[in-house]
Amino acid sequence: MAFAARRLAQAVPLLLIISLLVFGLIHAAPGGPLSLYLDNPNVRPEDIARLRRAMGLDRPLGAQYVSWLVAFIRGDWGYSYADGRPVIQRMLERVPATLQLVGVSTLVAVLVSLVVGIAAALRRGADQAVSLLAVAGLSIPVFWFGLVLQLIFSNTLGWLPSSGRSSFAGGGLSDRLAHLVLPVMVLAVAHAAGWSRYLRGSIRVALAQPFANAARARGVTELRIVLRHALRLALLPFATVVLLDASIMASGAVVTESVFAWPGIGSLFTEALAKRDYTVLMAFLMCASVAVVTLSFLADVAVHALDPRTKGEH
Amino acid sequence: MVLAAAAPLIAPFTVDALDLAHRRGAPSAMHWFGTDELGRDLLTRVLFGARVSLAVGLVSAAVSVAIGVTIGATAGWAGRWLDALLMRITDAMLAVPRLPLLMIAAAVLAPNVALLIVMVGAAGWMETARVVRAEIQSIKTNDFVTAARAVGATSPRVVVRHVLPGVLPTAAVATTLAVGRGILLESALSFFGVGVQPPTASWGNMLYQAQTTMSSEPWLGIFPGAFIFLTVLCCNALGTALTDERREAVTSR
Repeated sequence: MAFAARRLAQAVPLLLIISLLVFGLIHAAPGGPLSLYLDNPNVRPEDIARLRRAMGLDRPLGAQYVSWLVAFIRGDWGYSYADGRPVIQRMLERVPATLQLVGVSTLVAVLVSLVVGIAAALRRGADQAVSLLAVAGLSIPVFWFGLVLQLIFSNTLGWLPSSGRSSFAGGGLSDRLAHLVLPVMVLAVAHAAGWSRYLRGSIRVALAQPFANAARARGVTELRIVLRHALRLALLPFATVVLLDASIMASGAVVTESVFAWPGIGSLFTEALAKRDYTVLMAFLMCASVAVVTLSFLADVAVHALDPRTKGEH
Repeated sequence: MVLAAAAPLIAPFTVDALDLAHRRGAPSAMHWFGTDELGRDLLTRVLFGARVSLAVGLVSAAVSVAIGVTIGATAGWAGRWLDALLMRITDAMLAVPRLPLLMIAAAVLAPNVALLIVMVGAAGWMETARVVRAEIQSIKTNDFVTAARAVGATSPRVVVRHVLPGVLPTAAVATTLAVGRGILLESALSFFGVGVQPPTASWGNMLYQAQTTMSSEPWLGIFPGAFIFLTVLCCNALGTALTDERREAVTSR
């Protein structure tokens, strides 16, 4: 418990630094957050001045930062420039789609990397293939992979829908599943590659330990040693790596959702980017970062609670 | 890379040459990779795009490794509060998803290629800083460092002359990985229309232009993307091989 408290005390300054970064980034624009209107001949200079006052943009930056941060913590994330609705409302309605996509992708990637990682730890031949695939998975441009899958499976073969979450008619469960396949494939492949490589490494380390030799001496098969003993050692660090990759998952979701027109937070982000809708962009970056920090906090606390070797470590 | 450098010599056509009679042509003997909507030869544009994409990858890798080594070395050498501060900043930068951060920065600043390179580099130094910091911490306990300080060498001199050379292998690996990442980031930014702006060709913005016509003229998207994939694959394979080699060298010692 004391560990969790101390770890939480580290997360707070971290979040403050992130908020400064996000705030600074938006205000680095020449002309500030209203720069979009500066080029618009239909918006008169006095309108811009009025907006500037109304949004508090004429106050000193420090004061603006403090009031923005306080409002953000209280859930007042401002209004979207694009349609004037509260940002938090626009984001919340997109959350389920993103959770579904990211959740299913993570699950698929974890299952695939368990199978592949164990196979690679047991067999030399599989091992080299996995190393190659892992590097390939890290190197493939996500958006191009998505476009190529669309080209093959939607346009050429016509097996799967290329975009959206369901058909216009609404569609049943099978329709929704069909829409999930391609985006999940894109998002899962990149992660399964790195994760199976990692899992193979930790199983290998566990198999080199004396207890594995002892089991071999008793005549236990290699597969059984992995499943019963080595995996127990390897799973906890593996779970940590999965949680710590949340940041990369967020980047991947932005790209994947945009390519497949998946109506989640990621495509809300790219829509907002095209319209320079700064309140939405700021809220997205803050939420994604808070999620990443929270997950890594949970990972640390879980490891500390579950791994007896960290007992007494403070 | 050689092909990219020699692009003006080997390219079959001039980079912006329009051939309106052969618009949207499929790959053929005359145009190996086909032509785009203005009749420009795709092979030529891929070769010229390679120069931009590789330049972004290489220079941004140099930028990010330079920043990473500086911050990592400072943190590892100085210790105490400076270390704590720099590492919190590193953690913060690692927590912010890299691509959306860069997309916002690029949308806000509307950068030219040079600024884009600096931005991509500035978003990729954190991993290097962490590794370098750890290495410096272990190097600085060596006797030769104490000896150098004993004969009166100043701190900066000790760091530059005696400590940093020990970090070189790590920096080399970090650089190869950063080149691949830089190319991927540039292509993603350009794909979303906030990176390298047309008419300058880069692999990413060629894909950006190709994505709407992917079903009718797939070659416009397939070739640039394949080049990105293969180039990044080479960088990462090299980086991974170097890492494995070092790990084996360490364990067999």
